[in-house]
Amino acid sequence: MREIYLKTPITKEKIVDLKCGDKVNITGTIYTGRDQAHRKIVELLNANEELPFDLQDSTLYYTGPILAKPPALFSSAGPTTSSRMDRLTAKLLDNGLRCMIGKGPRSKAVVESIIKNGAIYFSTIGGAGAFLATKIKRGRVLAFPELGTEAIYELYVEEFPCYVAIDMKGNSLYELR
Amino acid sequence: MREIKREVIVEAVKAICSDAHYELDTALVDKLKSFRAEEEHKLAIDVLDTIIENQEIAKNERKPLCQDTGIGIFFVEMGREVYIPDGSLSEILEEAMSEVYLEEPFRFSVVSDPLFGRVNTGNNTPPMIHWDIVDGDQLTITFMPKGGGAENTSALKMFNPLDPLSEISDFIVNTVKEAGGKPCPPILVGVGIGGSFDYAALLAKKALLTPLNESNPNPKWAELEQSLLERINSLGIGPMGLGGKTTALSVKIKEYPCHIASLPVAINIQCHSHRHKTVII
Repeated sequence: MREIYLKTPITKEKIVDLKCGDKVNITGTIYTGRDQAHRKIVELLNANEELPFDLQDSTLYYTGPILAKPPALFSSAGPTTSSRMDRLTAKLLDNGLRCMIGKGPRSKAVVESIIKNGAIYFSTIGGAGAFLATKIKRGRVLAFPELGTEAIYELYVEEFPCYVAIDMKGNSLYELR
Repeated sequence: MREIKREVIVEAVKAICSDAHYELDTALVDKLKSFRAEEEHKLAIDVLDTIIENQEIAKNERKPLCQDTGIGIFFVEMGREVYIPDGSLSEILEEAMSEVYLEEPFRFSVVSDPLFGRVNTGNNTPPMIHWDIVDGDQLTITFMPKGGGAENTSALKMFNPLDPLSEISDFIVNTVKEAGGKPCPPILVGVGIGGSFDYAALLAKKALLTPLNESNPNPKWAELEQSLLERINSLGIGPMGLGGKTTALSVKIKEYPCHIASLPVAINIQCHSHRHKTVII
């Protein structure tokens, strides 16, 4: 298993050689967004309004984290099932989103959009929320605080572990078997 | 009659609602380790090692195993000689659970209206409670917080009595195949066969609570459990659906008599973070 270290922002050039099954450790700023945040982002895009963060070359992590009691920042923050976001994902990819981190397979439409936009999909480890939270060094609510755990958080992660599940060419670990 | 006071129940229920999120049962950890030892796929080994490390961090640092601290499900066996003088048990369970979710770093994962608005209830209530009235003067309460990802991949089908066993087995295996990486494999598969539409689903959920080192007491059913497990683990889904032979840690079946025209089959999928705690009062 090839192991690679990436720093955000992650541009097309940084992921062009990545292949399914590679382990990738991400350091830098990433954003969280799950069901309701996707709804809000797409509403803003449709209305041509400003987004809470620049989508270009951004990394989006599908999670609804748990904030810990101070001083620990997050107590548990694993991925949620990515396919629930499939319906709205292409819109985000068309607007510059580069990397997605979640768990489980994606729809055909998402794979096609990944190929079209030169994006990538990483799987991290579902159910390993306590472990993954140790990789989040800083974080704050960036937008939609009223959504609680479904708000958009800006996170600073160090060597956040994931695996290339769908690469830029559309090869998918979910279809290799 | 044996009187059990509200405060005694609240204290006991709060303890299980909390502990369930920090510690997996040892049989499950042993199962994860034995599958890890047999796994050959490198990426799968890496994922399983992380899952095993995660439960150690959760236990030692009191951090929730998973950020999805679930919707609350209770199984209650209430001895018919138990008398609670100061409150209804369902109200007591709800109060104890919500207090824990408000005090501990747990996520509120429940919305009030499933269709319109989907507003978070803000304290993880209400729970769902399954009741059994039994002999004796004891109160046995199990708390099983259930995550959404695995629950969403569950399925139920009403078969006909003339449908062959092979079609039922295919339905179970295909449900797991269809779920793929979504429910956080390696999974536990609970199957309910018989009863009615609703009862089969309850049996499937109860099957998940069968101790991992126990098989169905009827050899025919135990053999079916084993053959389904082998078929599922030959699918190649693997941990998180990224490949490997560790897709399911167990298949448990609970069966029940049913109508001459019916053959309900329910499959309840559980993730590897199978959280449950029981207290006997």
